[in-house]
Amino acid sequence: MAKIRRNEKREMPALNTSSLPDIIFMLLFFFMSVTTMKEVTYKVSIHNPQATELTKLEKKSLVRYIYVGVPTADFVKTYGSDTRIQLDDAFAEAKEIGDFIINERSSMKESEQPLMTVSIKADKDTRMGVIADIKQELRRAYALKISYAATQRSN
Amino acid sequence: MAKKIPQINASSMADISFLLLIFFLVTTSMDVNQGLARRLPAPIPPDQKVEDKDINKRNLLVVKINSANQLMVQGQLMDVKQLREKAKEFIKNENNVDYYPKLVEEDFGSPFGMIKYTKDHVISVQNDVDTQYQAYLDVQNELVAAYNELREECAQKYFHKAYKELEDDQQKQIQKIYPQKISEAEPKNYGN
Repeated sequence: MAKIRRNEKREMPALNTSSLPDIIFMLLFFFMSVTTMKEVTYKVSIHNPQATELTKLEKKSLVRYIYVGVPTADFVKTYGSDTRIQLDDAFAEAKEIGDFIINERSSMKESEQPLMTVSIKADKDTRMGVIADIKQELRRAYALKISYAATQRSN
Repeated sequence: MAKKIPQINASSMADISFLLLIFFLVTTSMDVNQGLARRLPAPIPPDQKVEDKDINKRNLLVVKINSANQLMVQGQLMDVKQLREKAKEFIKNENNVDYYPKLVEEDFGSPFGMIKYTKDHVISVQNDVDTQYQAYLDVQNELVAAYNELREECAQKYFHKAYKELEDDQQKQIQKIYPQKISEAEPKNYGN
């Protein structure tokens, strides 16, 4: 005869967590591969301009950046509130762009040198005079592939 | 008696990987770098004199932006929104009017055959020193958009496909029909 077991103590079975690390590792690898560390710390404040006909910058290793904008609050005291150019981690003058480009180019593989793209990240309120100076310097350094960084305009 | 190998306690493994995971979660920025791709003209060698290229007036579309970000196209005040249509009209010159660029007939090979196109058109963008960057970019954007739309139309007409989906050499053929010719002059002061 069937016996109804009622008083027997029932323990909750322990959940097998041995695959938990694997799952976490999987997530970890996903984020590791999509992560891009911030290139530099901005010393100038940049509000991206907007545009619609944008192309993605494909290979990160081929891109060099020029930042243009008004110095951030920490630097206004020492550098004034005029539009400044930032190369890598330091403020620079337009004249230094040529040397910067040549330096950066020589650190690249020879086969990739002609593919170098310069991305101009400028604040949307920048005066064109500054941008024109940069463009002239880039022309002189034969960095002719440029890209005006912008965000997609949402209509 | 064989010695038992003690098991390594792996229960902290999950914690370690969680820690790493959170670090990468925080530092991740998913935004891709996008931008308006342009190509600068090669520099003029110092020993060479700057010569003004003689461009027929009808082949030239002059777009001027002043310091108040106002637009002047062919001597007329214009809104940025109208620029795209104007540029497309100019580049195509469908009705073969004498104030738009001269049409040249050329053989582009299959499947195009003989096509009339405005071979020598140039769009000249001139801006003031005080022009706002956004206004300049708007103009550039509209001009690039005009070319993109024309190329898209061409791709649909001859290949019945989107321009993006075409083979590289097909794209190059279309680029020959609609070559991007945006010239930029040195910035000057145009009245204040």
